[in-house]
This record gives sequence, C-alpha cells and structure tokens, in this order.
Amino acid sequence: MDTFLEALRLVGQPDVLLTILIASIYGLVVGALPGLSATMATALLVPITYYMSPIAAVAAIVSASGMAIFAGDIPGCLLRIPGTPASAAYTDEAYTMTRKGQPELALGICLWFSALGGIVGTIALSVLAPTLAEFALSFSTFEYFWLAFLGLMCATLVARASPIKAIASMLLGLAIACIGVENPAGVPRFTFGVPDLLGGIDVIAALVGMFAVSQVMNAMLTPDPPPVPKRRMGSILAGQIALTRRYPVQQARGNLVGIAVGALPGAGADMAAWISYSISKRFSREPKKFGTGHPEGLVEAGASNNAAVASAWVPALIFGIPGDTITAIAIGVLYMKGLNPGPTLFTQNASSMYAIYAIFLIANIIMIPLGIMMIRAASQVLRVPRAYIMAVVLLLCAVGTFASGNNLFAITTAAAFGLIGFTMERFGFPVAAMVLGIVMGTMVEQNFVTSLIKSDGSVLPFVQRPVSMILATMTIAALLWPVVAWLIRRRNGAGVAVSA
Amino acid sequence: MAINRRNFLAATGAGAAMAALGVRTSSAQAAYPNRPITLVVPWGAGGGTDATARSIAALMEKELKQPVAVVNRTGGSGVVGHSAIATADPDGYTIGMVTVEIAMMHHQGLTQLSPADYTPLALLMSDPPAIHVKADGPYKDLKTLADAIKAAPPGKIKASGTGQGGIWHIGLIGWLQAMGLKFDHVAWVPSNGSAPAMQDLAAGGLDLVCCSAPEGRALAEAGKTKTIVLMSASRNPVFPNVPTLKEAMGIDYTAGAWRGLAAPKNLPANVTAALLKAIDESFKSKEFNEFAESRGFGKLYYPGAEFAKFMDSESKRMGEVIKALQRA
Repeated sequence: MDTFLEALRLVGQPDVLLTILIASIYGLVVGALPGLSATMATALLVPITYYMSPIAAVAAIVSASGMAIFAGDIPGCLLRIPGTPASAAYTDEAYTMTRKGQPELALGICLWFSALGGIVGTIALSVLAPTLAEFALSFSTFEYFWLAFLGLMCATLVARASPIKAIASMLLGLAIACIGVENPAGVPRFTFGVPDLLGGIDVIAALVGMFAVSQVMNAMLTPDPPPVPKRRMGSILAGQIALTRRYPVQQARGNLVGIAVGALPGAGADMAAWISYSISKRFSREPKKFGTGHPEGLVEAGASNNAAVASAWVPALIFGIPGDTITAIAIGVLYMKGLNPGPTLFTQNASSMYAIYAIFLIANIIMIPLGIMMIRAASQVLRVPRAYIMAVVLLLCAVGTFASGNNLFAITTAAAFGLIGFTMERFGFPVAAMVLGIVMGTMVEQNFVTSLIKSDGSVLPFVQRPVSMILATMTIAALLWPVVAWLIRRRNGAGVAVSA
Repeated sequence: MAINRRNFLAATGAGAAMAALGVRTSSAQAAYPNRPITLVVPWGAGGGTDATARSIAALMEKELKQPVAVVNRTGGSGVVGHSAIATADPDGYTIGMVTVEIAMMHHQGLTQLSPADYTPLALLMSDPPAIHVKADGPYKDLKTLADAIKAAPPGKIKASGTGQGGIWHIGLIGWLQAMGLKFDHVAWVPSNGSAPAMQDLAAGGLDLVCCSAPEGRALAEAGKTKTIVLMSASRNPVFPNVPTLKEAMGIDYTAGAWRGLAAPKNLPANVTAALLKAIDESFKSKEFNEFAESRGFGKLYYPGAEFAKFMDSESKRMGEVIKALQRA
C-alpha cells in the first residue's frame, strides 16, 4: 500500500502531469500528420527526456506513443493515408465510412475502442506481466516462423481485390524485404553497391510512399470527389455504447489478440491490427460487408492495436527485450534514467513500476477528450480544397521520412515507393498486402533459416514442439480452408445441377 | 604551427578549393569553437552508442562552452553515419562516434571506409564479449561448457548473439581458436542483434549466447540465464561474480565492441588539441563514470595516437578472422 501511495505521489508531481499533457498533445499531432509515425515521435523525444526526471521521461514516451498510434487512424480515415503501419490494415474500411458520410462514427470507433483497448492492455500489463512474460519466453524461432507465416496469410483476407493480385503484391513485398545485408548469411543482396541500401528498405519510408505519396499523385489525376455533404459533424461518442453492446465478442477478441501478439518480442501493434482485422472478417456473420464501410472490423482491430501498445512493454520491463520499435527506444531511456529493466525493477523500484501503470491509465483516459478535440480540428480538412491539402501532405512526407534517421535516402525511398504504389493501385493490386510482405518478410526468412541451422536441416522441430504444433495446425488449416470450401461448393453445385 | 599547416595544405592541395579550406581553417583557429558542434551517431536513438554519445556530449558542452548537438544518422547498417563523419569538413564542427564496425566493414566488402579515413580523437568504451547460458541448463560454468564443446562433434553446439560475422561472432571464434578448435566448431546461428538471441536462449533454442554482459543483464537478474565468463583483462565491478577468461581457463584472450570519438581526416592540430582536452576532462568527470557504471559499460580510454594504433591493430585482427570466415 505504501508503495502504491508513493507511486501516486510520483505521478502526481506537477512536472509529470504536465509532461503527460504536453507529450499527449505532441503524440496526437505527430501521429495525425500523414507521413509522421509513432516510432519517429518516440525517437525525437529521446534527446528531451535526457533532461527530465525518470518518471517524467517514461511518462513522455508512454503518452506520446499511445496517442500517436491512435491518431494514425485520423488521416487514414479522412484522407486514406494511414499515419502509422498499425492503421494500414483497416484504412480502406475507415475511409469508405467517411465517404459514406460517417466520419464521426469511424473516428469515434477508432478513439473509443483504442482507449478501451489501451486500458485493458494496461490491466493485463499490471496483473499478468509475469505470466505474459513467461508465455513470450516460450517462443523460439520455430514458433516465430509460424506466427509470421500466419501474418502473411492475412494478405488475402484483408484485401478486397482478387486473391491472386493480393498474393502477387505480398510476394513483391517479400522480394523487397530481401534487400540489404541484414539477412541470415550477412551477405549484401540487391544493394547494387549503394551503401544506403545495405540496411534494407525502411518500412516507414516505404509505407509513407505507398500510401501518402501515391495518394497525392492519384489526387492530381482524378477530379475532386463529390464533397462530403457540409453539415456539422455529429457527436463522436454517440453510437459507441451501442457498438460496444453489439460487438462485445469482437472487442474482447481484439483485446486478447492484441495483448498476446503485443507481448511477443518483435511482433507489435502492426501485426496485432492485421491479425485482428482478418480474424474479424473470417468469423463475421456478414463478411461480405467488410470493405464497404462496416464498423465490425474497425472495432476489433482498433481494440487490438492499442492493447498491443501496452503489452509490448511486458518483455521490455521484465527482460529488457523490446516488444516493438517503440519499446526498443524506451528501453534505452529506462537504462539512461537508472530504471534498469529486469525483475529488480519490480522489487527494488516497485513504486516506479506502479507509477508506470498509472501513467498508462491516465494517458488512455485523457485520450478520449483530447482525441475528440483532435478529431474535430482534423476533420476541417474535409472542407479544404484537396489541392492545398495534398501539397502539405507531400511536404510532411518528406519531413517525416527524413526526421527519424536524418538520412536523405529515406526521402528517395518514399518517392520511389510512391511511384510503385501509384502504379499498383492503377492496376488493382492492393498496396496493403505489399506492406505486409515488407513487414513480415525479414521475420519469416530470419526465423526459417535460423531454425533450420539450429535443427541441422531437419524440419521436424517445426511441428514437434507443442506451441509450434498448434501454430502449424492453424496455419495449414487457414491455408487449406479456401480449397476445401471450394470443393464443397462445387460438389453441392454439381448435386444441384444433377437434381435439376 | 598554423603557418606550417597552411603551407602544407597549399603545397599538397594545389587548388583553389584547398586554399580556401586553408583560409577557413585559419579563421576557425581564431577561437575554436565559436559555434555549435555536431556529433554524428551512426546508430539509432536509445541504443548504447547513442547513450554514450549523449552523455559525453553534455559534458563536452561544459568544457567547450558551445552546444554539442547529437544527430543520429542511421541507415546502411552503420555505413551511412560513419561515412557522414568521414566526409564532413575537417573544421572541428562535425565530429562523430565511430564503433567497432569501422574496423570490420571494409574487410567484408561493405564499404571502402576504414579507420584511416578519420582523425582519431579518443576511445571511450569497450564492452568485452561475455558468454551466457541457460540458468537451469547443463552448463554450470565455463569449464563444463568448454568440455562439452570439445567433446561434441563440430556444429553440434549452437551459439548466437548477432549476425553472421558480427563482433560477437568474431569474439566467440577467438575463444574457440585459443582452445585449439576450428572457428566453426560451434555453429553460429545468425540473429538480428543480441535481444532475440537472449530470448531464444531462454526459450531453450540455443546452447549459448555470446554478447556483452549488460545485454544479458535483465534476463540474468530474472534467473533465466547466467553469465559465465567475460573476455576482458579484468572483472567488471557491475558483474563482480563473473570471472575473466584468464581466471576461468588460463586463456589470455580479450576482445571488445568498442566505441570512440573521431573527426574527419586532416583535422587542424589546434582543433584536435582543444577537442582532446575537452574529451579528457569529460571522460574523467564523476558524471561520466557514474553513467558507465550504471549501464555496466566497460570504460577504456585511448586518446589520440593511441586510439589510432588501437584501431589499426583491431582492423588487422578482424581482417584475419573475417577472411577465414569468408573462405569457409
């Protein structure tokens, strides 16, 4: 109890509260600007945290990153430009809702279920941390391989386009993931002697190019879409309670998947959103409505990615192993502030631990009022002529890709992927599937090759270990299901034909 | 001295550009530093190199009475940032953190850059490789592990810690060779850095991990893994119970992932001297010592020419191991 009161005192310091507020606004603004990502928001905070008290430094990172992940949904919804990779899974759905004249409902879902997801994730972080950490540590490369493979298969589920085009895009993404020297053999591949390509293609730069730059190019060619009817935006939270009642299973499932995937080192919020969106579609009673501005998938994926943001801190705090790119930066800050990750953080620094939990809760609660203000401000862009907005978007793309690594090559990458994304869209290839390939490619290859090295070339351990067996069964079932379904349909169809 | 330098530049440069450089150096000599200094870090924010740079930059700021801004120039597996340091104007307003990779990458054919492209300022840190094993596994100390390795057929025992040919891989090879074994007697499983390797060790997927002691600290404190040896000359006060290789096996082999400060080649002598003085004071300060201790980083200080000599010998040593690896 004493440690708990001490934690509240730590969080109640004016400098900490002020930091939470300012960092939240900063995170919202950075996340909402197309082209600027949550990881970049966190990286830019590091030099400032150097001058803060330990708790304030953690508060800054927690608040800014959580807000940025939510705010990434805003440009996705209004302009079809996702702010972060975690929003890319359901951008089309949210944008379709906006075109149908329901921007407040779409953004409300993102906000409401993000905040709830964040709170559930925080509770999981505080109650289940040791259990979750044990679960994460039971994953070896064999299990990661299946997990990443399962992630890849979401490509066909998420896309509205033909499955063949979705798979082609995903394979192109895998080919792009081959670039660079960061592969198991440590041999430079497809670098053409360009030093900048040694590190591979930066996912953020590619994402900005394919979604934002290509969208700008599209806007220059197509006439302005009919303006969304001018009217006052309705209440943002209205209808959310009804949705919560209507989709309780989807929400809970999203939270659970988010917590589990987030706690696995290296998986993170992006993967959680993809998997949740495709689970939602697969188990929905109305899968045909997906992609036409249907709230169900948004509820589940929104609930999932913010739960993952919180649970990604589990392996980071307990074992010093980052759950995603944001916690990778956060671990450095924790060390710098003498809050060394590890079990001693829970025993010797228990009050700091409780303080971190409290910060997560506060940040997710103030996300609702701050988010409403942000949505109201941001939705003004629907009234501004598109030509003006697109110029600003292009500028932000350049700034955003440059700022995370101070590297001009990132801007070239974004431009190149703008062209690629534009061409693909023209011919009906879903760019989201390609992003998935780029994100998962390294993970699939790395875990496959290292697993084979470890097993001296035997594939048996891929199905022998208990957890890998479960994941393998799931993957193969998902792979074979369309074929089986097709066969059943054909037989039934044939039966009907005969009887007729 | 200043005149000598200018004559030297004019003679060798033999061009308007070089002459202009000479003039600019002399104006900078008036009072170096008279504007903010940029410190380039080739790795991302939040990592160990970044933390070291930010810590020393804050202290140098006080000595030089000018802001020292840390800029992370990432990309290209470190090549981009290292090249940004080497190709900057040698006026003392752009310096940077060079890491052990600069002695390795040119052997691997990843870049032309080598230690010879810099004015070495000072080596600050060197983290020795440590060997970590599973806490409840069959190896209770280095002796049992070494016996098991010698008894096992080549390739049976699996180790990880970084990518193929990375610094920890080379560290492990040094130990194997010192035991009279072939460099590939223990199979190396490449990983994206030490964190996934440590995680896989705890998950039971590996026999041992070779990476720095601080990188395994959190898992060791959690009772999942244990650190059984440090390949350094002396013990680390943060890990008092971890013996050195010499103590555990009588093998006199040391290695390390090091980081130090460097500037572009042809830095004017007076600028070098001013920077060295500031680095010297900062390195000896209480704050820097506390920083290194809290993170468990191994401090190692070689100023100026000593750092040049050190980088040279490191580059030669890395070259031999990397050539052997590439032939395999």
